[in-house]
Amino acid sequence: MLRYALLRILGAIPTLLLVIAIAFLMVHAAPGGPFDSERRLPPEIEANIERAYHLDESLPQQFVRYLKSAVRGDLGPSFRYREFTVSEVIGGAIPITMKIGSLAIVLALVLGIGVGITAGLRRNTFLDRLVTGVAMIGISVPVFVFAPLMVLVFAVTWKWLPASYAGSSGADRLIMPVIALALPQIAYIARLTRASLIDVMNSDFVRTARAQGLRTTSIIRYHALKPTMLPLVSYLGPAFAAVLTGSVVVEQVFGIPGVGRFLVTSATNRDYTLVLGITIFYAAMVIALNLVVDVFYAFLDPRIRRQ
Amino acid sequence: MTAFKRLFRHVRFNRTVTLCAVTLVVLTLLSLLAPLLTSHSNVTADFANRLLPPTLADGHIFGTDELGRDLFVRTLYGVRVTLFVAVVASFVSLGVGVLYGAIAGYVGGRVDGFMMRIVDGLYALPFIFFVILLMVAFGRSMFLIFVAIGAINWLDMARIVRGQTMSLKQRGFVDAARLIGVSTSGIILRHITPNLLGVVFVYTTLAIPQAILMESFLSFLGLGIQEPQTSLGSLVNAGVDHMGSSSWLLVIPAVALALILLCFNFLGDGLRDMADPRGKT
Repeated sequence: MLRYALLRILGAIPTLLLVIAIAFLMVHAAPGGPFDSERRLPPEIEANIERAYHLDESLPQQFVRYLKSAVRGDLGPSFRYREFTVSEVIGGAIPITMKIGSLAIVLALVLGIGVGITAGLRRNTFLDRLVTGVAMIGISVPVFVFAPLMVLVFAVTWKWLPASYAGSSGADRLIMPVIALALPQIAYIARLTRASLIDVMNSDFVRTARAQGLRTTSIIRYHALKPTMLPLVSYLGPAFAAVLTGSVVVEQVFGIPGVGRFLVTSATNRDYTLVLGITIFYAAMVIALNLVVDVFYAFLDPRIRRQ
Repeated sequence: MTAFKRLFRHVRFNRTVTLCAVTLVVLTLLSLLAPLLTSHSNVTADFANRLLPPTLADGHIFGTDELGRDLFVRTLYGVRVTLFVAVVASFVSLGVGVLYGAIAGYVGGRVDGFMMRIVDGLYALPFIFFVILLMVAFGRSMFLIFVAIGAINWLDMARIVRGQTMSLKQRGFVDAARLIGVSTSGIILRHITPNLLGVVFVYTTLAIPQAILMESFLSFLGLGIQEPQTSLGSLVNAGVDHMGSSSWLLVIPAVALALILLCFNFLGDGLRDMADPRGKT
């Protein structure tokens, strides 16, 4: 088990390096320099600025310098927010992004599994068809359509909840963002749980348990539940990634000062260092979360470890 | 019998699939015929008629936006751009994915192992952030959006095509082709690929909504399609700014986008169930 975990961690390092390299190259291949402006600067000053930001070095030198400081958690200065470093901007934004992200994941798991099991046990009934149909809507309709429509209904029309994060100081300002972020995941998880439960309930060991005269509730609780959850564990990786992507939209719609908000502003501002730093941060998060999920899966299912 | 006919041989289309197919065809036709349907322009501002609510009276059946442009026409143009981007991007991913998957599946062995390891590795990456980075670095252009979305979406296709190819290559006609001396590339292109058409068609209908999602995500954040061109994502984004007073600017494009995505997903799901009834749950 430990060996498997170590191997997976070692395997993730080249991926992360590759990601940083691609992102770094992309930003540096951009036409024009970060300090190009309408007003021509005297060449001496331009040279000074380039030296201060190490732009006079060769690309490999710059990359190695960037990697070295990135390992220490220093992603350089922000080009637009002159008084902050990239790490300070990201660090200040992480807590709120983590908060809505983890709340959304928990909500999605609880509701998704509950609804999925309810529907799966009542296969082909009206309730099941309703759940499957609504889940399809949840999967198809993207967060950036749901979130503004929710604001329109619950904040603008009915005035139940604050329309923006800044509009309230209570916990109610988190309700809509978290639900909007969780909705597609609730739908996915419900569908997955339903399909998986149906699959398990048709398997041989459940038939054997039935033949032995076990009650359906015991069969589900002691035999069917665990194997039903296995596909869900492997879906957790993509779910984390989807929530991170969704948080960009949700933070934009509700004006939440999280990492995603800064990604969009830095992208529109062409704040190269910040957008590079945030991309690397997201990529590292996704790789790390996938790693955790993989190791957890191997912990649950010994067959994986032996491969 | 072609692979295509084989797919539809036993098909009795169910109601949802038919309804979705019809809706998509109607929307496509409407968006293509947009200039003939109304005399209003999709780009010319008309400040006398700003933010008109939907009405039947003067031909603005969906109302007008903050520059007085007719929302009906703009929505149809948005549908047009959204569908165009999605279809072209899906064909990019289809081309790459089919070729990659067919080669990996047919050649097999170490080459296959190596090629699929790359696919697995790429799966783990949050591509959308790289697309954003790409847009920042090289400016926003439709061509880049095609390339970026196509570059992401081929992974699923490659996996599915590889699986199909591995079972196809066991079949007699491949042995026969090899026996009479057809080259490996000839077998892949002329004998394997045509037989993949059915499954490729099904998964393309599922890849299109993915591409739509990505394009409208970018446009919603203001990083995709640029004015005066418009897509449903940028229309939704513009609608958010005016939802307090002019909610139709948000609701109409949002509903149009949701409808298109829902139809493609239902259609793709339905077709997949038909192509592979065993996978049906």
